[in-house]
Amino acid sequence: MSNYRIEGETGEWEVVIGLEIHAQVTTKAKLFSGAATDFGAEPNTQVSLVDAAMPGMLPVINGEAVRQAVRTGVALNCEIHKWSRFDRKNYFYADLPQGYQISQFAHPIVGEGEILVEPEGGEPATIGIERIHLEQDAGKSIHDQSPEFSLVDLNRSGVALMEIVSKPDMRSPAEAGAYVRKLRSILRYVGSCDGNMDQGSMRADVNVSVRKPGGALGTRTECKNVNSVRFVEAAIAYEAQRQVEVLESGGTVNQETRLFDPARMETRPLRSKEEAHDYRYFPDPDLLPLVFDDAYVEECRKTLPELPDTKRMRYIEQLEISPYNAAVLTAEQETAAYFELLLNETALKQGKDAKDVGKAAANWVISDLFGALNSEGKSITESPISAAQGAELLALVADGTLSGRLAKDVFAIMLETGDDPGKIVEERGMKQVSDTGAIEAEIAKVLEANADKVDQYRGGKDKLFGFFVGQTMKATKGQANPAVVNELLKKALDG
Amino acid sequence: MSDLTNLPIAAMRDGLNRKDFSAKELAEAHIRAVEGARTLNAFTVETPERALAAADAADKDFAAGTAKPLSGIPLGIKDLFCTEGVETSASSNILKGFVPQYESTISARLFADGAGMLGKLNLDEFAMGSSTETSACGDTINPWRAADGRNLVPGGSSGGSSTAVAARLVAGATGTDTGGSIRQPAAFTGITGFKPTYGRCSRWGTVAFASSLDQAGPMARDVRDCAILLQSMAGFDAKDSTSLELPVPDFEAALTGDLLGKRVGIPREYAIDNIPADITALWEAGRAMLRDAGAEIVDISLPHTKYALPTYYIIAPAEASSNLARYDGVRYGQRETPDGGNLIDMYEATRSAGFGDEVKRRIMIGTYVLSAGYYDAYYLQAQKVRTLIKRDFEQAFRECDVILTPTAPSAAFPLAEKMDDPVSMYLNDVFCVPASLAGLPAMSVPVGLNADGLPLGLQLIGDALDEEGLFNAGYALERAAGFSAQPEKWW
Repeated sequence: MSNYRIEGETGEWEVVIGLEIHAQVTTKAKLFSGAATDFGAEPNTQVSLVDAAMPGMLPVINGEAVRQAVRTGVALNCEIHKWSRFDRKNYFYADLPQGYQISQFAHPIVGEGEILVEPEGGEPATIGIERIHLEQDAGKSIHDQSPEFSLVDLNRSGVALMEIVSKPDMRSPAEAGAYVRKLRSILRYVGSCDGNMDQGSMRADVNVSVRKPGGALGTRTECKNVNSVRFVEAAIAYEAQRQVEVLESGGTVNQETRLFDPARMETRPLRSKEEAHDYRYFPDPDLLPLVFDDAYVEECRKTLPELPDTKRMRYIEQLEISPYNAAVLTAEQETAAYFELLLNETALKQGKDAKDVGKAAANWVISDLFGALNSEGKSITESPISAAQGAELLALVADGTLSGRLAKDVFAIMLETGDDPGKIVEERGMKQVSDTGAIEAEIAKVLEANADKVDQYRGGKDKLFGFFVGQTMKATKGQANPAVVNELLKKALDG
Repeated sequence: MSDLTNLPIAAMRDGLNRKDFSAKELAEAHIRAVEGARTLNAFTVETPERALAAADAADKDFAAGTAKPLSGIPLGIKDLFCTEGVETSASSNILKGFVPQYESTISARLFADGAGMLGKLNLDEFAMGSSTETSACGDTINPWRAADGRNLVPGGSSGGSSTAVAARLVAGATGTDTGGSIRQPAAFTGITGFKPTYGRCSRWGTVAFASSLDQAGPMARDVRDCAILLQSMAGFDAKDSTSLELPVPDFEAALTGDLLGKRVGIPREYAIDNIPADITALWEAGRAMLRDAGAEIVDISLPHTKYALPTYYIIAPAEASSNLARYDGVRYGQRETPDGGNLIDMYEATRSAGFGDEVKRRIMIGTYVLSAGYYDAYYLQAQKVRTLIKRDFEQAFRECDVILTPTAPSAAFPLAEKMDDPVSMYLNDVFCVPASLAGLPAMSVPVGLNADGLPLGLQLIGDALDEEGLFNAGYALERAAGFSAQPEKWW
């Protein structure tokens, strides 16, 4: 549990945070219509008669959205409700064509579960999931295109969302940030949401209240549609501080919906309690309850990939990768996928068990590859070096073809050209020389040219050994196997 | 009224098959009848060109031997069914001028089977009413007249349909029934109306009133014609989640008229006070007719009947208040934009101007019963009572095969008589509403005339999915009653 505290004039305050994450379900069609859901399409080009709420149109549930919700629920260790129901949430708005949103109010498809989060530099915490339900997204109102009218784009109208509601279990901005990151990671592993927060396919409603540590829960506010992890953390920090100041100056916190303004990094009221809606929820009579059996849940479970926590433990226990590296490699599904491809190719090429090459592969990905990608601002999926090429490079090092130094040079060329390492070595003659005869010949030349230093060395100046290594490497253009050079030099100098 | 327009659908079908007359002749006869009956105001839109086009296609099909079940049969379509390219207003100002780009499943199926469309038929606004007087397209006049010559209502909400069929303007018509909107107007006009089991007919493309109750059905001259029409209308539709994925039985084949071994239940709770003596007598006579057809008459109890009407007037408005939220002036239909107004002002102005009083009343009732603090006491309680009413019927159908009741507590009443008294208007549906709440198939069959010479109907209610048994009981009742009266043509 976090010991994050806000220092007020009256002492310490604890922050209580709950998050509602709206995650757009990865499916080609909308929740109740066959219309497409591509991001960035021309306004009002992805709208069916159902999405526009034409008279007499009826919703039909998209089976793929249901499947993805169940898979997500299973992945988050949640209770799966084999009987769930859609309700209508009634309110008027120009971008809500039906005059109601179809959601699951009373009987969500997924019930309680939990998720383990590890905030950077903080204690691990288990955060409870309250529920996950399916619902429709609304359209978009555009107020800045005409002085007289608001325009409405219905492309998003009816898009399938999972609302993932946490329990009020988080106690610091860092914990909330870690929760969003972890949830995003799991959703991306499962494939039920692409997690693109900048495209709005994942956004958070942030509920914040403050209280004296251990005291009764305070009144909460809700910041709507916060669309990055950083903003979630900033909104919480701002809001908690604001509430403490309100309370300490004798005021009361209004239960209200607020807006987070990323330009000013502050929150402000969106609508007041006086305008609070009475949503008049009731079961949607156009839809039958959603019912499935254990076999269906089992089928969904079988399609789940290995999830990040399990994967990380396997890396640590079976591949003997350090906990830190294992965490880095499993945080994103794409990284893990790259790593595992690299690992398998490496084991295959070197004829070894995966566990015997795991550490080397992990080190290469994290130090060499990530280092290079970070400096170019690229993600792992944009890597100019494929996993197979990486494995080939590691194999060339392992079999002595390349020294560590040569490997770095080859790596740099690979980054630039995208060529296979074998080809680079071949074309540029960068092969490491382990042929003792050739190296001995070079050593003899080096010793002859530096006879004075040989005498000094033999006279007790041990430090000069490094000088001879350097000269030999230079003479072999860096291609000599350093281990062989060491051994042969020792023999030649020490007799 | 020509001989051709006076034929039932079955006889039209035979005549067309035998080439006694062409589909074009049949369509033209009906178009003339429609044109000559504008006084009745049965239609919101006339579409003679559609009827003629279908007739041409039918005549080609008959010539080629590829005729379909309804080839050349000219129908009227209640203006609640969206018809592609033809204005569909639900008799509301808020949808005036709305021309759908799509065809409702029901009308599409009828047209696919060869039927033609003479036009769209008037109804109570959004099907809310029992007299067709809440229509924004004017009153429809019942072709039957009171002894004193006063104009009568045709029932509702499918009053355009009942008038058009009774006045021989169309061979048959579609209706929709939420709480009696097919059966009560059928009874008021001396025709047959059939509401199938909830889910038999797709609701896709039909303007919604109360989704859990709305059900399309045929209105026609007789039981066989209803069976013929329902055959084309019924069937699973993947676009309606509440549609039943079941094979459609051969309804016409079920018409034997033999009720031997069948038990007809008489629910004692339907013997309510203030029912005119001639209706009670008709109900008695109905029992005798069915007994003569071989059935055993058994007394049954449907204990929660008295709660049905109040339950209906919570659930139906609740669903309607939400279903009608889409008429907001944003995307189609009427839009009122007061000077300097914002979005809320537009909503208020549009909906105030676009909806009539009865629709507003029901939206307000529905909004109220779903509101925080009232939901449990009204909506939730009503859902519980609805379950009890369903259970009443389940138990009753262990003791009988079909239930016989009056269709309506009165004959057709004069125009304007009940418009100032909503509760008295609502009472028209007191016998129809329970079957709607239970989702059961039910029909009205014309059985006799009252002392004033106005038609009266009896209602038969069947068990869920037993349309065949219900049709057959209706057929037996129809044969025994021998009802052949028609309104005198005065229009």
